[in-house]
Amino acid sequence: MRKIKELLIEKSLLSSALITIAVTFGIISVLAIEAFQFFNEVSILDFFTDTQWTPLFTDKHYGILPLLSGTLLTSFIAISVALPVGLSISIYLSEYAPTSFRKTVKPLLELLAAVPTVVYGFFALIVVTPFLQQFIPNLSGFNSLSAGIVMGIMIIPFVSSISEDALYAVPKELREASYGMGATKLQTAFQVVVPAASSGIIVSIILAISRAIGETMIVAIAAGQQPRLTLDPTVPVETITAYIVQVSLGDVQHGSIEYKTIFAAGITLFVFTFLLNTLSYRIRKKYQEKYE
Amino acid sequence: MKKLVLIISLAIVAISCGEKKEKKAVSETTTLEGTIKVDGSSTVFPVTEAVAEEFRAVQPDVKVTIGVSGTGGGFKKFSRGETNISNASRPIKDKEIAACQENNISYLELEVAYDGLAVLVNPENDWVDNFTVEELKKIWEPAAQGVIMKWNQIRPEWPNEEIHLFGPGVASGTYDYFTEAIVGKSGSSRGDFTASEDDHVLVQGIVGDKYALGFFGLAYYAENKDKLTLIGVNNGEEVVKPTLETVSNGTYRPLSRPLFIYVNSTSVKSPEVVEFVNFYLDNATELSEDVGYIPLPSELYTKQKESFKAFVETNKK
Repeated sequence: MRKIKELLIEKSLLSSALITIAVTFGIISVLAIEAFQFFNEVSILDFFTDTQWTPLFTDKHYGILPLLSGTLLTSFIAISVALPVGLSISIYLSEYAPTSFRKTVKPLLELLAAVPTVVYGFFALIVVTPFLQQFIPNLSGFNSLSAGIVMGIMIIPFVSSISEDALYAVPKELREASYGMGATKLQTAFQVVVPAASSGIIVSIILAISRAIGETMIVAIAAGQQPRLTLDPTVPVETITAYIVQVSLGDVQHGSIEYKTIFAAGITLFVFTFLLNTLSYRIRKKYQEKYE
Repeated sequence: MKKLVLIISLAIVAISCGEKKEKKAVSETTTLEGTIKVDGSSTVFPVTEAVAEEFRAVQPDVKVTIGVSGTGGGFKKFSRGETNISNASRPIKDKEIAACQENNISYLELEVAYDGLAVLVNPENDWVDNFTVEELKKIWEPAAQGVIMKWNQIRPEWPNEEIHLFGPGVASGTYDYFTEAIVGKSGSSRGDFTASEDDHVLVQGIVGDKYALGFFGLAYYAENKDKLTLIGVNNGEEVVKPTLETVSNGTYRPLSRPLFIYVNSTSVKSPEVVEFVNFYLDNATELSEDVGYIPLPSELYTKQKESFKAFVETNKK
């Protein structure tokens, strides 16, 4: 009886694992098939070199670059916010803050990741953009700057939490050796602990970037819906994710080329996040046991 | 607690019953059956469809099929007697009248709503007070894509700043209509503007951007009057801003037009068609507004109902 029970549990655990993998493969194959059909009609060279993305209009262009630039621009702004802030927080929490403070503040910070992204989106559109317009009068109502900043706030916990774990895991001996050499606390933190924990920090940054690239609601609400190849953060742009949302909400005919564009865009996005995740996995694997 | 739930559910039931009764009161009580065939303009389609949907609640056994062959395609079928009602976003043409006469088909034209588009800018925009149709065309035509990017390309005295365009997405009838009226070909425009089916996104975009220019249905502007500046359009003689009045009297050209339905005279022998058309005229005020159009003044609906009644009387025998 007991054996059967054990067996049952084991199999059900196995099947949940298998279901997850099956779903992933299902998604990938759907993406790949539809994207393949898309590339039957549109040359892959045009897809990567054309500077306009207007598949829904009269003068059709299928250049992913404007969407890609929108995605990378908002993600870049987000990382420029999240990296310094997140890293400072993690260094403070692990090197300076008393344990009790660390124990209360860390979960609070992680709350930031629990705010629904649609709330962040409206926060960017209704609060941050008007605020920024006081300093930048030419700022459009939809712009990558405010969407990027708010997205940066959203991913701060990704950076701070994982980096803090990495910093905290640096062995005490290293710090003590550094103090023994006469280094100050600041020197120890930045020249000994941070480099020692660099792999963990890099992983945290990559995960944060991958989160930013895949983020949808904030950019769909606050960054605009106009594909534009630009690095100017004050004008409306459209990210890959925002385009997918826009097309799936409109009534584009199933099976049409317009419909297939979302899969082409989707697979581009997938390739990006997949590469980033693999990279972070590799880095973690490689440096994990360096000090143990 | 249970009592409260009971009371509330009773209240809800009562309210919903009341609503149904109200709509039923408009029509009479006998149940009809049959099929009503409608075809024609895709612009009128949303109104007719909304009416048909409501009508289904009153007369569930009457099937209303609505095609979207376009106004011309609709009249073709109408003149062959294949449809009972034809949706039209323009009056019937002489050629089509002749085709109807050839097949001994007489009809009645009924106006059901107006379609109007608003051209809007940010309230801080102090340089634009009107557009000509040519200027709008220059901004929105496909050739403008990537070319007309700054305000001073339209009129030299306007600022040397990027123009940010907002408009309904390609799936909307508003987009088709605007492109048809301004560019000259339905569904033909530049692609580098913020296109959204969600009018709220367009309002937000124009509200937050000094250099924005956008358009959408007049009905939606009415809800956001205080946040946007409405721009008049030069119709060739004068600059006209869209209002209920200028839209209904046709001076707000070319961004407004009446929408029609045409009823076949032999069809009014079937009571379900008469019922449907009466229901249409009774509910057009509310439903045309629901789908983003401008209703006719109520006395016009009454007038149309009268002429329809007379039309039914003469054709019943």
